[in-house]
Amino acid sequence: MEGIQILTIVTFFPLVGVPLLILIRRENVELLKNVALAVTVIDFLLSLYLLFYFDSSEPGFQFVERRQWIKSIGAQYIVGIDGISLFLYLLTTFICPICILSAWKYIDKYEKEFLVCMLVLEVGMLGTFCALDMLLFYVFWELMLIPMYFIIGVWGGPRRVYASIKFVLYTFFGSVLMLAAIIFYYLYIGRVTGEYSFDLMKWYEVLAPFGIQIWLFAAFALAFAIKVPMFPFHTWLPDAHVEAPTPGSVILAGILLKMGTYGFIRFAMPLFPHATHAMLPLLVALSIIGVVYGALVSIVQPDVKKLVAFSSVSHLGAVMLGLFALNMQGVEGSIYQMLNHGLSTGALFILVGMLYERRHSRLIKDFGGIAKVIPLFAAFFMVTVLSSVGLPGLNGFVGEFLIFLGAFKANPLWAIIAATCVILAAVYLLWMYKRVMYGPITHEENKHLPDMNAREVGLMVPIVILYVVMGVCPNYFLSKMHASVEAFIDNYHKRVVMTVHERTEPLAFIRGGK
Amino acid sequence: MFDYIILVPLFPLFGAFLNGIFGVFADKWEKRLVHVVSSAAIGVAFTIFLFLLYQRVSFSIALVALIPALGAFINVLFGYRWNKTLVHSVGVGSVGIAFLLSALAFYQLLGLPPHERFIEVPFYKWMVSGGLSLDIGFLLDPLSMVMMLAVTGVSFLIHVYSIGYMHDDPSYARFFSYLNLFVFFMLILVMANSFPVMFVGWEGVGLCSYLLIGFWFEDDYNAYAGNKAFIVNRIGDYGFLLGMFLIFATFHSLNYSDVFENAQHVLTYNGFIATAITLLLFMGATGKSAQIPLYVWLPDAMAGPTPVSALIHAATMVTAGVYMVARCNALFTMAPVSMAVVAAVGAATAIFAASMGFAQRDIKRILAYSTISQLGYMFLAVGVGAFAAGIFHLVTHAFFKALLFLSAGSVIHAMGGEQDVMKMGGLRKYIRATFVTAFIATLAISGMPGFSGFFSKDEILWYAYSSPYGSPILWFIGAVTAGMTAFYMFRWLFLIFYGEERMDEETKHHIHESPYVMLIPLFVLAFLSVVGGYIGIPEALGGKNHLHHFLEPITEHAYKVEWHEYPHFLEYALMAISTGLAFLGFLAAYWCYIKDPSLPVRFAEKYHRLYEVVYNKYFVDEIYNGSFVRGVLGSAFSSKKFDEVVVDGAVNGTGKSIYLFGSILSRIQTGYIYHYIWGIVIGLLILLV
Repeated sequence: MEGIQILTIVTFFPLVGVPLLILIRRENVELLKNVALAVTVIDFLLSLYLLFYFDSSEPGFQFVERRQWIKSIGAQYIVGIDGISLFLYLLTTFICPICILSAWKYIDKYEKEFLVCMLVLEVGMLGTFCALDMLLFYVFWELMLIPMYFIIGVWGGPRRVYASIKFVLYTFFGSVLMLAAIIFYYLYIGRVTGEYSFDLMKWYEVLAPFGIQIWLFAAFALAFAIKVPMFPFHTWLPDAHVEAPTPGSVILAGILLKMGTYGFIRFAMPLFPHATHAMLPLLVALSIIGVVYGALVSIVQPDVKKLVAFSSVSHLGAVMLGLFALNMQGVEGSIYQMLNHGLSTGALFILVGMLYERRHSRLIKDFGGIAKVIPLFAAFFMVTVLSSVGLPGLNGFVGEFLIFLGAFKANPLWAIIAATCVILAAVYLLWMYKRVMYGPITHEENKHLPDMNAREVGLMVPIVILYVVMGVCPNYFLSKMHASVEAFIDNYHKRVVMTVHERTEPLAFIRGGK
Repeated sequence: MFDYIILVPLFPLFGAFLNGIFGVFADKWEKRLVHVVSSAAIGVAFTIFLFLLYQRVSFSIALVALIPALGAFINVLFGYRWNKTLVHSVGVGSVGIAFLLSALAFYQLLGLPPHERFIEVPFYKWMVSGGLSLDIGFLLDPLSMVMMLAVTGVSFLIHVYSIGYMHDDPSYARFFSYLNLFVFFMLILVMANSFPVMFVGWEGVGLCSYLLIGFWFEDDYNAYAGNKAFIVNRIGDYGFLLGMFLIFATFHSLNYSDVFENAQHVLTYNGFIATAITLLLFMGATGKSAQIPLYVWLPDAMAGPTPVSALIHAATMVTAGVYMVARCNALFTMAPVSMAVVAAVGAATAIFAASMGFAQRDIKRILAYSTISQLGYMFLAVGVGAFAAGIFHLVTHAFFKALLFLSAGSVIHAMGGEQDVMKMGGLRKYIRATFVTAFIATLAISGMPGFSGFFSKDEILWYAYSSPYGSPILWFIGAVTAGMTAFYMFRWLFLIFYGEERMDEETKHHIHESPYVMLIPLFVLAFLSVVGGYIGIPEALGGKNHLHHFLEPITEHAYKVEWHEYPHFLEYALMAISTGLAFLGFLAAYWCYIKDPSLPVRFAEKYHRLYEVVYNKYFVDEIYNGSFVRGVLGSAFSSKKFDEVVVDGAVNGTGKSIYLFGSILSRIQTGYIYHYIWGIVIGLLILLV
């Protein structure tokens, strides 16, 4: 309890870079970028400590740090990670330096502000994945929104204002509902147990009556479903992606979307098991629709970035389906798939960004035949497409396989419908690849595109290595999840059969006012 | 003892990796730099292999692997023409080593008593989750052994052939890289000890097929054909995946040994689950092995370079489905309905594809349809429970079909890229060696007595009749197909090598025999196409049927049904009929294409409707395009529209209406006191009333 611990250090380390950046003259762009890169790289190296000292046999939270924060309302500073959040946390520290590298040439104005935004964003994301106090979680959750708003709104494409406002309003709408739910449940727990606290561990011990659960769950689920995004709350995503600069898209796809799925598994589902159980048919239906619908819409997108954005809807639908299968394979597969999606879709956005930097277009019809001109790019693009398609031997397969296996165990029909995405994914990605990379060169401008340079290769290589490692040795990762996932599932199944008061009017306890 | 078999697929993978690096960098780096990097890479890999060998393998085996590796190493250091020489030494050498190691494993396996020839070599835990526990591991048993030998052996020959065939291609390294990668995945497929590991190979070979069909991707059609192959295969793979899920849900394991040993306890004979599992797996097989209804990708796959057609789309990959059904015989025999489906689809594909071969003009497409037809034979075999016969035909077919394709490649090479058989003719005078090998292959595929195809085909036909799963109808279809095969194959041969010389003078002037590096593989395959059948001469003909006995242990867990005893004379009689039909096919082809070449033209004119339909492959591609492809694209477009108008429209509509509401409300707030007072008064009045 004494002294600052590793998790706090890693989470707030990027803030160290902020004053440094502010002190550097804005003309000195290279130095600014290098400092930001160094900070994120060091942060990543620091975070590896968590990986090596993580105890895979422990289902509960590790590296926990607990401090008083706002004593009068019982809000504390509690952070900790378990097998569910460990890799999401590490994914964040891994993706951030890559994002900064990918922004190297792409961002050509207000570099200083951009880098500050990125560092603050990283703190917000890391905090969200390790906060164990509801108020703290909410603070981090909202903290992410502001830099992201600026990243899209300032450094984005032509329709950036529309996209950024849509993004902020949409997600903010969800978060406000969630805040209301948090406050409500905080008061409820205070009344029932006599102790007012935002401590998640305490919240886990309470089981509200069904009438309360259902409303709270709805509020949480809506906030998270928008973030995921689940069908039909996904329309902010394509707009945000298309307008966002490359690093923004990478963060958005790689990390931000995972906040939604993470929210379900960490908060909505364990806190309100009965409501989850009752809503399961609807949620599963939306997930499955998302899987197929996202894939279908992807097929006919004329813009590569939009195509990838819709493929995210499809992939995230599969992730949600895995969660709702509520068995080991499904949930572990879905956590694994969150990591895969972060890598491969992030990489797809990086690659599309590289094309854009060279050609200032993202429309499929402006390309064709460029594999001959830029073979190195073609190779990286191919591997990334294959990872996203779920080719066995690369990472994507492991996640998809486990998810659909779990879904099949829960209900064969789910898997039968959702697994059609393995066909559709091949259709939309390979067809796109063919039109962009193969065939004769139809545009004169494309004949002299420069191939990837050392920086670009350097940022792709770690990702490709991870594809292979995660495809060939998934057990290294899975073994660290087992204990926590098992506890999550056991807990859910144990609590969902507990009886709660059937009919309690939602607001009765407040009106009754003890 | 068998630990070293991990090296069998690893060598080709290593080759693929190395050549892949060359392929990407070759034309960008300084030659010297490539030289240094490739030497370093080979050096490092060599050291790793030394270490592996030291750790795992006895010294004698080590030598087998070491000598060719050393050769490659020396080649790098001293071969100044490093570019192509190095590439193909790596490519060919790695597959050659894999073949030698397989041969060694075969030798060691033979040393074991038959019932002990089932060796699992697990390497490490791949995926563990809940009740699922998967190893990356290999299984060495007679079935995988036969496949390993066929795959590495034929691959090796085709790699050698490619040195000559691809000699002038700028993407030489990329070609060998893909080819090696293919061998790696194919070996994973046949050596796997569980369904998901097999699936790694299963999809992996599909990927290599995609990459190699679209190898010359500058041409839009090639890229299209590659895409089509991958997507159609994925449709099959979807079934395979579901099949695996159902197996897991039923057996709680995906390891071969757990599943097959318990098949008879867990499944009910002829039950729904057994039928569902096997039909789903078979759906995968129809995709990979080009059977009805998913065969459409294979003719287009001929867009790839000819060695690819020979290796992947004839000899090895497309037989994966047959291998898979034979591997899962314990499951398939529990589901007689599925067996009947397999046999029926096989027979139907055999005759249907053969008829499509009648009217094609492309030298390779004719062979493609013949491949589909022959694969149909193999499925007919496994469908009637004659698993060993199916594998036997798989092996002999690998020899003679690879030979057919390679000699076709040699013809194309000689003709300067011409592929239309109507523009050939009389070539036997110019390219004698190619002609002889093509002739042998044609005799073999037509099932002429004494050649390898005869033994394997007649074994299948005999079982199609005599097996408890068989029927005279299946036999009849098979026998008629045999006659048709002889007809269209001799048509192919005669159009190319006999008759009028229909090429132009320019081409004729340049016709030349291929170099030895291409001819020697042809000779070896020709030899195998003749004698390959002697490993399985049936007892009725006084043979020993070695292959059959070797493969016997694989059906250990199969559900046993009573087999009728038939007298030998029936077997002779059926054999005579089918051979007679084949002769008839040969005579018809002779009549039509040598004796009276105007006959087919007149026939086509007289029955032009029928000819059109057959020439256009029964319009199946058009029907699929019109229904499935358009269906998916149509729903994709309407989903997109729905997304933009309805879903996003609702979101933006909400936003707009809030804005509108707000602006109306803001009007009310005028700021004048008397407006508010009037409001209060009216409100009070309403409340009071």
